[in-house]
Amino acid sequence: MSPPSGPEKRFFDALAAGRFEIQQCAACAKHVFYPRVLCPHCGSGELGWVAASGRGTVYSTTVVRRKPGDGGDYNVCLVDLAEGVRMMSRVAGVAPQDVTIGMAVKARIAEGLVEFTPA
Amino acid sequence: MRGSVAIAGVGLAGCGEAPGWTEMEIAAAAAKNALGDAGLSARDVDGIVVASTNIFMSGLALAEHLGVHPKFTESTMVGGSSFVGHLIPAALALNAGLCDTILVAYGSSQRTGVGRAEAGKYKMALDPQPFEHPYKPFNPPTSYALAAARHMHQYGTTRAQLAEIAVAARQWAQLNPEAFAREPLTVEDVLGSRMVSDPLTVRDCCLVTDGGGAYVLTRAERAKDFPKPPAYLLGVGAAHWHRQISSMPDLTVTAATESGQRAFEMAGLGPQDVDVVELYDAFTINTLLFLEDLGFCGKGEGGAFVSGGRIAPGGELPVNTNGGGLSCVHPGMYGIFLLVEAVRQLRGEGGARQVKDAAVALAHGNGGVLSSQITALLGTKDTL
Repeated sequence: MSPPSGPEKRFFDALAAGRFEIQQCAACAKHVFYPRVLCPHCGSGELGWVAASGRGTVYSTTVVRRKPGDGGDYNVCLVDLAEGVRMMSRVAGVAPQDVTIGMAVKARIAEGLVEFTPA
Repeated sequence: MRGSVAIAGVGLAGCGEAPGWTEMEIAAAAAKNALGDAGLSARDVDGIVVASTNIFMSGLALAEHLGVHPKFTESTMVGGSSFVGHLIPAALALNAGLCDTILVAYGSSQRTGVGRAEAGKYKMALDPQPFEHPYKPFNPPTSYALAAARHMHQYGTTRAQLAEIAVAARQWAQLNPEAFAREPLTVEDVLGSRMVSDPLTVRDCCLVTDGGGAYVLTRAERAKDFPKPPAYLLGVGAAHWHRQISSMPDLTVTAATESGQRAFEMAGLGPQDVDVVELYDAFTINTLLFLEDLGFCGKGEGGAFVSGGRIAPGGELPVNTNGGGLSCVHPGMYGIFLLVEAVRQLRGEGGARQVKDAAVALAHGNGGVLSSQITALLGTKDTL
């Protein structure tokens, strides 16, 4: 029987239920993000779901400049998760310019998205 | 493929500001100029190649606009690199005898066209990219800023070194009467400009202009009968490893490492053989990464390499001799302008910016966010 939805909806449904889950390939054991139909490492279709550790390191970061009246500057970064996958996100709870490459961060769910705070 | 096809004509139209002109009209005007340069008319065209960010089925639209009934149509869209990449299927089609005269054209009204903000919203709705867009990257600058920040972290590259790239481009533009931004620019000006997405200021970012370009590609044996000296295709290679910046394996290494190697292998040449270099400089970090990845300097050495005016007029390596996307023209997709400038340099038509005795030119296209990388090497008949 086919799964009830594609992997993208599966990811966001879990997130909406408070669970940050990523895929892991049953064939090559590598983790996969963003969610896919085929493993981008080995081509297998055997992608299962595991809870993400939520532990990560900032790989790169930028401050997007925005006028104060439009909400002010904000952070956009790339985080490498302990599982070896990378995702775009933001680091909250710290000024955008104080987010640094190499910073240890931990995941939380906010407004239906994964964001990070300093670990 | 080496030496089998050649660019017989090039043309520009509407560069800078072209208010009141549609994208297709700008492309057609550029096509007219390229065909005129080759001593041809639209009646002689039997192959149509085009890409557009906005026009659906652009190959059909351009052929219809020009009244061409093509034997070969190609409209692969890999961002700004498309028009360099089009050399590959176009050369294959010519060599297979599918057609004889291919017109490659592009036009954009990105600066003065109406309804672009509205169109952007619709595009976002149709192609949501749910693993990036919710974090509001101000793209493309944010993606390139993330690459620049990582390069600075890993190799000690400085903002001042990136600024040197913008200054060199401006100095070339000052020698080019067709360039859009020609007022003086210093490293201090770049560093003091409005920050867009750290570490990139507005002067680290390309222009937003209108404009179009076109070229005519034929088989080599035929190209020599046209009025201008042909620019022969010596090598070409394409590679891409990601679309979104979050999927780029290493933000300091682009697929230009692979596209460049393929192009050089086909040409039987290396970086030391290149007389003039045209790199897709949507942002200053592009020029730096491509100089490294194409082998003009080692990985991590780009910052030092571009310092001291090395890529500026009078420097050791002429890079982006028209002023580039940073200072000459950048209407959404810049790839075709790389080839137009490369051909002009090989013909000796560069005027005040002409590189003396230019025989081999490299044109490197970039598409997406450091995503699609396509390298072409062109040469004069002496390089065949």
